[in-house]
Amino acid sequence: MSQRNPFRRTGLTPQEPDGSAFSLRSFDMTLSPIHSRRIRPASSRLARAALACALLSGCDYITLDPKGPIAANETLLFYNALAIMTAIGAPVIAAVFVVAYWFRKGGRGTFYLPDWHYSGKIELVVWSVPALTVFFLGALAVVGSNRLDPRVAIAAEAKPLDVQVVALDWKWLFLYPEAGVASINELALPIDTPIHFRLTSATVMNSFFIPNLGSQIYAMGAMETRLNLLAHEPGDYLGLSAQLSGAHFTDMRFTARAMSADDFAAWIAQARRNPDKLDRDAYGALLKPAPESPRVFGAVESKLFDAIVARTAPTPENAAACAPAPRRATQDASAGKGT
Amino acid sequence: MFGRLTLAAIPTGEPIALGAALAVLAVVLATLAWLTWRGAWPYLWREWITSVDHKRIGIMYCALGLVMLLRGFSDALMMRTHLALTVGGGSGYLPPDHYNQIFSAHGVIMIFFVAMPFVVGLMNFVTPLQLGGRDVAFPVLNSVSFWLTAAGALLVNLSLGIGNFERAGWLPYPPLSETTYSPDVGVDYWAWSLQIAGVGTLMSGVNLLATILKTRARGMRYTRMPMFCWTALAANLLIVAAFPILTATIAMLTLDRMAGFHFFTNDAGGNPMMFVNLVWAWGHPEVYILILPCFGIFSEVVPTFSRKPLFGYRSMVAATMAICVLSFMVWLHHFFTMGAGANINAVFGVLSMIIAVPTGVKVFNWLFTMYGGKVEFSVPMLWSLAFMSTFVIGGMTGVLLAIPPVDFVVHNSQFLVAHFHNVIIGGVLFGVFAGVNYWFPKAFGFMLDERLGKAAFWCWVVGFYLAFMPLYALGLMGMTRRLNVAYMPQWGPWTLVAAVGALVIFAGILLMLAQLYVSIRRRAALRAGDDPWDARTLEWAASSPPPAWNFDRLPVVACLDELWARKTGARKETPLWLDDKPFHMPRNSAIGVALAAAATFFGFAMVWRIDWLAIAAALAALTAVIGFAARRNLEVAVAPNEKAPA
Ligand code: HEM
Ligand SMILES: [Cu+2]
Ligand SMILES: [Cu+2]
Repeated sequence: MSQRNPFRRTGLTPQEPDGSAFSLRSFDMTLSPIHSRRIRPASSRLARAALACALLSGCDYITLDPKGPIAANETLLFYNALAIMTAIGAPVIAAVFVVAYWFRKGGRGTFYLPDWHYSGKIELVVWSVPALTVFFLGALAVVGSNRLDPRVAIAAEAKPLDVQVVALDWKWLFLYPEAGVASINELALPIDTPIHFRLTSATVMNSFFIPNLGSQIYAMGAMETRLNLLAHEPGDYLGLSAQLSGAHFTDMRFTARAMSADDFAAWIAQARRNPDKLDRDAYGALLKPAPESPRVFGAVESKLFDAIVARTAPTPENAAACAPAPRRATQDASAGKGT
Repeated sequence: MFGRLTLAAIPTGEPIALGAALAVLAVVLATLAWLTWRGAWPYLWREWITSVDHKRIGIMYCALGLVMLLRGFSDALMMRTHLALTVGGGSGYLPPDHYNQIFSAHGVIMIFFVAMPFVVGLMNFVTPLQLGGRDVAFPVLNSVSFWLTAAGALLVNLSLGIGNFERAGWLPYPPLSETTYSPDVGVDYWAWSLQIAGVGTLMSGVNLLATILKTRARGMRYTRMPMFCWTALAANLLIVAAFPILTATIAMLTLDRMAGFHFFTNDAGGNPMMFVNLVWAWGHPEVYILILPCFGIFSEVVPTFSRKPLFGYRSMVAATMAICVLSFMVWLHHFFTMGAGANINAVFGVLSMIIAVPTGVKVFNWLFTMYGGKVEFSVPMLWSLAFMSTFVIGGMTGVLLAIPPVDFVVHNSQFLVAHFHNVIIGGVLFGVFAGVNYWFPKAFGFMLDERLGKAAFWCWVVGFYLAFMPLYALGLMGMTRRLNVAYMPQWGPWTLVAAVGALVIFAGILLMLAQLYVSIRRRAALRAGDDPWDARTLEWAASSPPPAWNFDRLPVVACLDELWARKTGARKETPLWLDDKPFHMPRNSAIGVALAAAATFFGFAMVWRIDWLAIAAALAALTAVIGFAARRNLEVAVAPNEKAPA
């Protein structure tokens, strides 16, 4: 279906989805953390097909095209909530038109109740219908919020991979602490491996988001947030910033490359061979506010990420001042606790 | 001498900005010249500029809203056409810096200088009439409020030609809005214009609150108060409670920028998240400040054109007040993605959904108001029907956004842009348009042309759906908000549809202007009686247009829908009116416009750091206030049977 789209240019849109389930039952209402296992289609492929039709072409909708368990659960929640809301909203909208037309002035065959303005029974229904809806959706919100808490690790067989993310003007810096390599605007990820992100910003607030994998999170200066994601399928996924960061905000995007464990090992090995080292000077050069093309660093100064969070590394604010004197300790000592 | 202001402030290097500034300047100068040529100034000065009549002030608020709608919509049209031109690999015509400035200005102008003036203006015009009073509690203060709002609008628009506006979004989050990242005057323009307008709004809130609490007609208990007044009460409570938060937040940002403080900086103990919290602690109540009075408008329009009383009045009151309280408890839903804990997110998510309950109740009650009625599809009623259906969609997507994990994937996307335009156009603007069409004959004594009104209606509704429904789809395709290039090929078709939608809305706006023009030309033929809609509440008992003092004899109220009860003869007790005794009305005053002039200069001076001008403007304001306080002859006596204007 996508070939028919005359505007298609790039290959960023990934392959067909694994087919997720969209019935209310299939959303796990326990508070256990997300497991890496795939959500299997439980019932209604039909519902999905219908929705996909309604939305034109399914796989262009990358936010609803999950390539990992977090996104799959979020997609599921989205469809469940949408179904509940539509079940209430669509009849109401229809009722507005039907009632208005039915009781139109000059229309025949209806009655006129010039003084009717109260009915206890109707009032009861009128308050209970939205209340019940909200009760159900509220339960979804509480359970979903706990199960899909970005800080909670994903249970899986594979050993988690740590990735540190730094938002810069206007590019993303990814640090791989174990391998000691870094990359710009290119995020390599092994599939079926829980990825544990620690995020901060060297400059203004940004929001780190890979729609196919789910859950965005803010990256903020002098603070650290955490996010756990996992990719099931190899592919190149669009990554972006969802929070305005200045003139070249639109260029603040990257490619998330999900690959097999072997490919990932090869990618790391390849990166290590790169002669560029990300030390303070090289990092300082990255602070120049400009978009940048993807590149890698074969070596990284140790503890660079912590220095960026602690603002002892160069910052745009103190770029003028020579001595990068530590202005303060990490403000958000309990890491990841946003507020 | 002129602080940071030099000739370089005129955007000669940016042809589009310069062209826009010159065009606006030309229109303003032409209007002023025309008014001078027609010799309209003495009339305008006497009857409008210095007027303290709540109706005149209400009308001026709406006029300000209309003019600013043209500005705000021009920005929207530029964004939509620019984005459409980037489809298929083009680069559009707006440089990134300018694009960011445009959506920031669009958001600020639409919220603060379109939606707010319209809503405050309608509350101003209608509330005292519906309450059966002669004016608001503090008529002169009312004039000051209006003129300060106008001063804020003027300051925002000055940034078009002198310097630039900010580029960090309608609520410029630090640290992007701090001097490191936004060193120029843009954010200062934002801060000072909103400070000035915000003071006006706060005073207007206090004023209307006092009016509703203290100046109701004899016999009008709270349970006999028209629904619109209830929603105005709730909205003004929110204004009084919320606007000080905005004022304080902007003051802190200003201290950061002007005096090297570190409230919201990355360094030295600053905390940008505090700004985000504070600004939304104001921002969420703000959206209810806008929508609640519109709910009130629908609660007047639907019964009138269904020829039935409002269904479930008490429920409606309860729902209004519930929304009023709850709206202060949900602000965190604007930043679920900040990384607060799961339970914090869950609590705010659930609270946000709970607001949907009273809102849903209202929709059902309007529905049952129509049930068993004789629904007449007048222009105000058409807007109400379009509202009911459109707003439900916006409410549905709002509930989706209130589920934290769902928000994690659509936050800050075009889905969000679609949602808030869905509720703000489908709710606030449609409400305002219903209200304007409904009360226009009361304000001017003649009807608005119905045919053009309906044509404008259809263009707006169709244009709205074309312009904003595609954005839901775009959001789910991963398109975030504030992008200046539609860089993914699959975003192309919907981006083009949205641009077409904006053009259809443009046609709707032109038709509205045509409706206004034609109606004024044909006003003799369109003359309206005191009660052209056969309505239910007291404003329709006054003449059209009402005298400055609204009612020659003040009404005594014995039930809800007082006028209807009198017309249908359901109630015959006497006396229906208070005896006519001479009374006093406040004299006109130039203090409002004088303070606004001083405030404009003060704000301009603070933006550009022109110390002497700031001091001079502050002294001028002080002198004006002292002069006003020392004034004698504050009031003029009116004997109603003389019918002589003050
Ligand atoms: C009349 C037709 C309108 C059109 C075509 C329109 C179009 C737009 C567009 C294209 C954007 C930028 C979306 C993006 O971030 O990518 C936008 C943003 C916005 N609009 Fe509108 N808009 C309209 C009316 C309104 C009204 C009536 C209001 C409020 C009363 C409003 C409030 C806003 C706000 C607050 C923003 C966010 C600005 C920001 O990102 O900081 N708009 N609008
Ligand atoms: Cu933070
Ligand atoms: Cu809100």
